[in-house]
Amino acid sequence: MTAAVIATQGLVKRYGQVRAVDGIDLDVRAGDVYGFLGANGSGKTTTVRMLLGLVLPTSGEVQLLGERMPKAARRVLPRVGALIESPAAYGHLSGRANLTLLDAAGPGGSRRTRRPRVDEVLEQVGLAGVGRRPVKAYSLGMRQRLGLAGALLRRPELLVLDEPTNGLDPQGIHEVRDLLLELHRAGTTVFLSSHLLAEVEQLCSRVGVLDRGRLVLQDDLATLTAPTGATVVETPDPQRVRAALDGRVLSTDGVRAIVRGADPAEVNAALVAAGVPVTGLALQRPSLEEVVLAAAGGSADRVDGTEGRTRR
Amino acid sequence: MIAVELSKMFRRPRTWVTIGLLNGLPVLVAVLLALTDLAPRPGEGPPFLSAVLTNGTLYPLAALAIVLPLFLPIAVALIAGDAVAGEAQAGTLRYLLARPAGRTRLLVAKLVSVFAFVLVTVLVVAAVGYLVGQVFFEVQPLGGTALSGTSLTPAQIAGRTVLSIGYVTVSMLGVAAFALFFSTLTDSPLAAMIGALAVLIASSLLFTLDAASSIAPYLPTRYWLAFVDFFRDPILWRDIVRGLALQAVYVAVLLGAAWANFATKDITS
Repeated sequence: MTAAVIATQGLVKRYGQVRAVDGIDLDVRAGDVYGFLGANGSGKTTTVRMLLGLVLPTSGEVQLLGERMPKAARRVLPRVGALIESPAAYGHLSGRANLTLLDAAGPGGSRRTRRPRVDEVLEQVGLAGVGRRPVKAYSLGMRQRLGLAGALLRRPELLVLDEPTNGLDPQGIHEVRDLLLELHRAGTTVFLSSHLLAEVEQLCSRVGVLDRGRLVLQDDLATLTAPTGATVVETPDPQRVRAALDGRVLSTDGVRAIVRGADPAEVNAALVAAGVPVTGLALQRPSLEEVVLAAAGGSADRVDGTEGRTRR
Repeated sequence: MIAVELSKMFRRPRTWVTIGLLNGLPVLVAVLLALTDLAPRPGEGPPFLSAVLTNGTLYPLAALAIVLPLFLPIAVALIAGDAVAGEAQAGTLRYLLARPAGRTRLLVAKLVSVFAFVLVTVLVVAAVGYLVGQVFFEVQPLGGTALSGTSLTPAQIAGRTVLSIGYVTVSMLGVAAFALFFSTLTDSPLAAMIGALAVLIASSLLFTLDAASSIAPYLPTRYWLAFVDFFRDPILWRDIVRGLALQAVYVAVLLGAAWANFATKDITS
């Protein structure tokens, strides 16, 4: 088993009567790209803040890179890069000045290598040519890039990112995704908190789903979206599929039939023998969205209904 | 960390605009006095002002006395109230603490930079006051008159001016401590600043009330003007010592409370 990079045991945060985070056992391992999913208000942000020692847990334990948080914050956090909710910077200073001040504000960033490191991360996030412009003149996307640059400044072993593509245009989203994958290949573990299922599905190898403060699901993405043992048949005439493969058809709609049987070739042969036109064949896999909605149980409406709204 | 905070504060245009505006009133008063030659009678108006027409050397003290009741506390409360709450409002506090800056270290650095601001502000007011005094008024190189009627040598005046600057700085540290404490309570720098000013206004008001005379010695503004006593001959130490002790207690208690609150606070901004 690989080493746990983030491990929490029975993590609880109570605000008055509300249990914002209710007994979470996170398990993020070295080399993971971990997708932390949940509706806004499900406790994602509170959990991220507890990981980083900003919010103190009511009970339970947080271990980051093998050390107890928040006690070991001074040793651990320099090895962690974080983007917490929206990016933030001093508006009257340039992006470069902001990064320099941030780097100087804590341990683990050598003064000698500061300039080259700042140059390097600005290059990485695509802000190298921005010059001395103050941050208040930046667009939302540029601020997001600057926030990401701040997270990368000390070449962290673990990146904790909350909605890193927020405010970016499609091109920017693509760039950030490539950057994260590149960092991951270089050995960085990524903890990505998001409510964008598509983003998580494209990037992540492991997924945790938070629903009203509880971790209702935590598994490898490949396991969650493993084939169900059924085959999807695309055909202009689903009713003839039902006639040909009596009893094996699980459901039909206008252009599709779901057939029991994990071997599309066998299904195809049977259909062709019966003279049913087949335009497409695939193993049925649940989409991440279906998995999440099923796991989040009764609050499916909440996941849909609150999506896209940002909580401040 | 302290260097980072100092650099942040002194690189911010607002800091210098505040100090600049603060000096506007004493300069305006000096211009009016010089143009009209109408000094307030001794015992009326801000301390020292009646004396400056005859001796400009006293103008740094008059300038401090002019800004002390309101302008100086506002400037100090503005900067100190912004110290933590401003970072919280801008969202930079969470990044500083996740850096990690360390909560106690950050608070100490903020404290030092606020104290530096107080000192620089008081020194600039005194320095501008000195320049204005030299330019607009007659300067008596032979020394001035103490408030009690005897003469002081120029060296004595200089020394006692320095002591006064120190005393005013300490008085303002009390304001800074109030604002910094409130700054750790709220995420709104405006609320922190107004909270500190409310305390001072309440204190000034209670000071004028006979019914509040039993608590008067403990009001934070009670001994603010005691720096005048440096210019009595001999120096009247009683109120000065009490003022210093009172501010020391306020600063210690409030900073303790600020630390206790900030070190265990959930950062949700």
